Amino acid sequence: MPVPSPFHARTAELCESHRWKDWSGYHAVCHFGDDHLPEYFAIRQAAGLLDVSPLFKYRVEGPDAAVFLARVMARDVRKLKVGRVAYCTWCDEHGKVLDDGTVARLGERRFRVTAADPSFAWLARHARGFAVEIEDESQAVAALAIQGPTSRAVLRDACDADLAGLRFFGATACRLDGVDVVLTRTGYTGDLGYEVWCARTDALTVWDALIAAGRAHGLRPIGLDALDMARVEAGFVLNGVDYWNAQQCLTEAQKSTPLELGLGWTVQLDREPFLGSAALRRERDLGPRRVLAGLEIDWPALEALYERFDLPPSLPLSAWRSGVPVYAGRRQIGRATSGSWSPTLKRNLALATLDARHAAEGARLDFEVTVEYERHNVPARVVATPFFDPARKRS
Amino acid sequence: MARTWDAIVIGGGHNGLVCAAYLAKAGRKVLVLEKRPLVGGAAVSEELHPGFTYSVCSYVVSLLRPWIIRELDLARHGLEILPLDCTFNPFPDGRSLARWGDAARTRREVAQFSARDAEMLPQFGRQMVEISRFVKPIIDAPAADPLSRNPADLFGAAAFGRRFVGLGPDMLARKIKMLTMSAVDFLHEWFECEQLIAPMAGSGIIGTFLGIRSPGTAYVLLHHYMGEIDGHFRSWGLARGGTGAISNAIAGAARAAGAEIRTGAGVAELRMHGGEVQGVVLESGEELHARAVVSALDPHRTFFGLAGRENLPDEFAADLGRYKLRGSSGKVNLALDALPDFVSRPGAGPHLMGDITIAPTIDSVERAYDQAKYGEFSHEPFLNIVIPSLTDPSVAPPGKHVMSCFVQYAPYHLAAGAGTWPLRREEFGDAVVDTIARYAPGIKDLILHRQVLTPWDLEKDFGLTEGNIFHGELSLEQLAFLRPVPGWARYKTPLPRLWMCGSGTHPGGGIMGAPGALAARAMLREGRA
Repeated sequence: MPVPSPFHARTAELCESHRWKDWSGYHAVCHFGDDHLPEYFAIRQAAGLLDVSPLFKYRVEGPDAAVFLARVMARDVRKLKVGRVAYCTWCDEHGKVLDDGTVARLGERRFRVTAADPSFAWLARHARGFAVEIEDESQAVAALAIQGPTSRAVLRDACDADLAGLRFFGATACRLDGVDVVLTRTGYTGDLGYEVWCARTDALTVWDALIAAGRAHGLRPIGLDALDMARVEAGFVLNGVDYWNAQQCLTEAQKSTPLELGLGWTVQLDREPFLGSAALRRERDLGPRRVLAGLEIDWPALEALYERFDLPPSLPLSAWRSGVPVYAGRRQIGRATSGSWSPTLKRNLALATLDARHAAEGARLDFEVTVEYERHNVPARVVATPFFDPARKRS
Repeated sequence: MARTWDAIVIGGGHNGLVCAAYLAKAGRKVLVLEKRPLVGGAAVSEELHPGFTYSVCSYVVSLLRPWIIRELDLARHGLEILPLDCTFNPFPDGRSLARWGDAARTRREVAQFSARDAEMLPQFGRQMVEISRFVKPIIDAPAADPLSRNPADLFGAAAFGRRFVGLGPDMLARKIKMLTMSAVDFLHEWFECEQLIAPMAGSGIIGTFLGIRSPGTAYVLLHHYMGEIDGHFRSWGLARGGTGAISNAIAGAARAAGAEIRTGAGVAELRMHGGEVQGVVLESGEELHARAVVSALDPHRTFFGLAGRENLPDEFAADLGRYKLRGSSGKVNLALDALPDFVSRPGAGPHLMGDITIAPTIDSVERAYDQAKYGEFSHEPFLNIVIPSLTDPSVAPPGKHVMSCFVQYAPYHLAAGAGTWPLRREEFGDAVVDTIARYAPGIKDLILHRQVLTPWDLEKDFGLTEGNIFHGELSLEQLAFLRPVPGWARYKTPLPRLWMCGSGTHPGGGIMGAPGALAARAMLREGRA
């Protein structure tokens, strides 16, 4: 049974819909009001405040912290400067992805790793022989994501951080309503946004201060449904939806490599060996067999298909993650694992894992659609991700 | 030898820009001429008080055709539409009604007034979706013309007729009723409570010099129902950055396709030679040559203004003289220091995030029309209000708000002895603010800046003849193959090489873009431009 997060006292009060789901053992809001759309638009037009405390968080500290993380992460974390954050993948010894998350360098010898899955045992196992201490601070540290074009204005009114100096993927310590927090310019929406990390005991103070400062900037609490729509637009993969932690897979086919997930850029091979590096080097030379790609499903064709049933086109109101076959001609060459209508781009989008031979940008494929219990195909086109990439994200 | 354009578009409103974008996409050399210093026509955003951006005239969007958004890739050119989820109606007795996207919530709200109506509302919604689906292909194609002698047209008209008959007797009857009835009578067939009927009937008079009890207003109601956002009919939205952002996105698409857009370039007259239109003469005296000229201005301004009555065939001129462009509405834009507080539903709740309609009773809206009929503006007008800054903080400074109030009625012709609009403008603005203050008493203390637009201003500043926001009323006798005049509903005009693409052509007004796109298609098909 899930337990309340550090912000539960506030979110429960506001969650008029009583729509909750289990996120890593915590009660997490799906949407606060009638539906998620106003919350989605808050992310894109104003700002949304999301409780992300259920993320797993680890403090990695000691003289060998950087060397150790460079050994377990596909990315060379030693190069990360203090006050910077890196998006990372980490793999098993066969180069199969275990999880993705962020690594923040909070001090010369101190890092914070965030993960979607519990990773303490795995980190601890590989830490043997390194002068490093690993602490699971998942419960002790509460976290809020504040995302959207006005998020910076909210924080300017709420904390004393040098926001002009905090670049994309930067991290800084600051004071927020008398409380020490860490602020990172990170998020899962593909928009201008930040994450605020604080002690569990300070959680409500931080929430209240942000809500108060946000009143003048259109800030509203948001749930996971809005986030899911935004993350599809941003083209971000989700562990457990678009790929599976290799440790939990039953077959080799269920596992993925970073290259297959389109996350080859998080792999830095030209250095001493790290977990999975031999296999990843082989894959780099041969190329991946399959690739995670963006799909845009043809709207006029979908409309015409529904028209044949004398129906208006119908789309799920929120992002979906049901798994849909994708074809090239008659042959199934992949599956779409999540997708959403994009209210901002006015496009019907999906993230799909495809046979690499059919995944070139612009390739024409077929996407399965069920209308009135009948299966049909409509054309879809491979397009680049992120689907949505506003300049303000980095500005 | 001066440069010759393939096409010159007169008027950089949204339809002119759509037309230009489609022509340019087809490889034509296109020049858009806009008189004002910015594009958009009546779809403009202007910062008239520091930090406050008004959607000066047109303020919501729904009818903009999804295929135009897609084909011109308007999202890439910056168009973002934010749906309005709620319609809020405060009443003088301290009660209020809010209709939401959530069906159960709406049912509970309506049931406070009528349990029966609460259950009828979803059925009504389904019927309106059906009618909208029926109308959709009609507004997305040139008007089928049963008056035409061209066999292809007649074939189209016959197909159109078959579609009508294919509706089945029940729907056919409803559809015909919809075209002929008054908004109130039409809604009375469904509902009993006035609190639902009066505000809903308001959609039937927008931009129309008729009362909610006047025959024909049910169609105008439909016109406001057939818009869609993301596949949902009857959804209305705001453009991020104000309505001007729509025009800017279309202008972006037009420029990307190679069109040139000149602002501050008002057209004085058409260049005519041997009865043929060969270009335009700018107010600066500059002459421009083009193989085709397409006017996005309203029909009166195009033909009586730019072409000159003497150049028009008599019958056409006579028909055009009868074309009704009666301004009926005004606009008040307010910059507010804080959100207004409604007595009937206090606080800054989500009810303020949609549109707010002030139409307390059927009689009160009809009385508002009565005053206008005799040449006086309504002292307690019908109001449709939005506060865009709640969903789009970019249009106001932090914590402050902009409030857009559509006001009906404001007759273009004030009664003899009733003064002139420039003299009575502020009095009209006061009537609007006083009306709002009856429901939100603190509003007067919140106003930092006020812009009042009367039909006279709409004509003077935005070129809308008599201040008619639709370039001509959406009454049955001026729709489809009758718009703007019988025989000339296909964007072509009696003057060779002159075309029209504004809201005065099929399928009519509102930020739809269809007239502009369909006109461009017609021109390209004829090999003109």
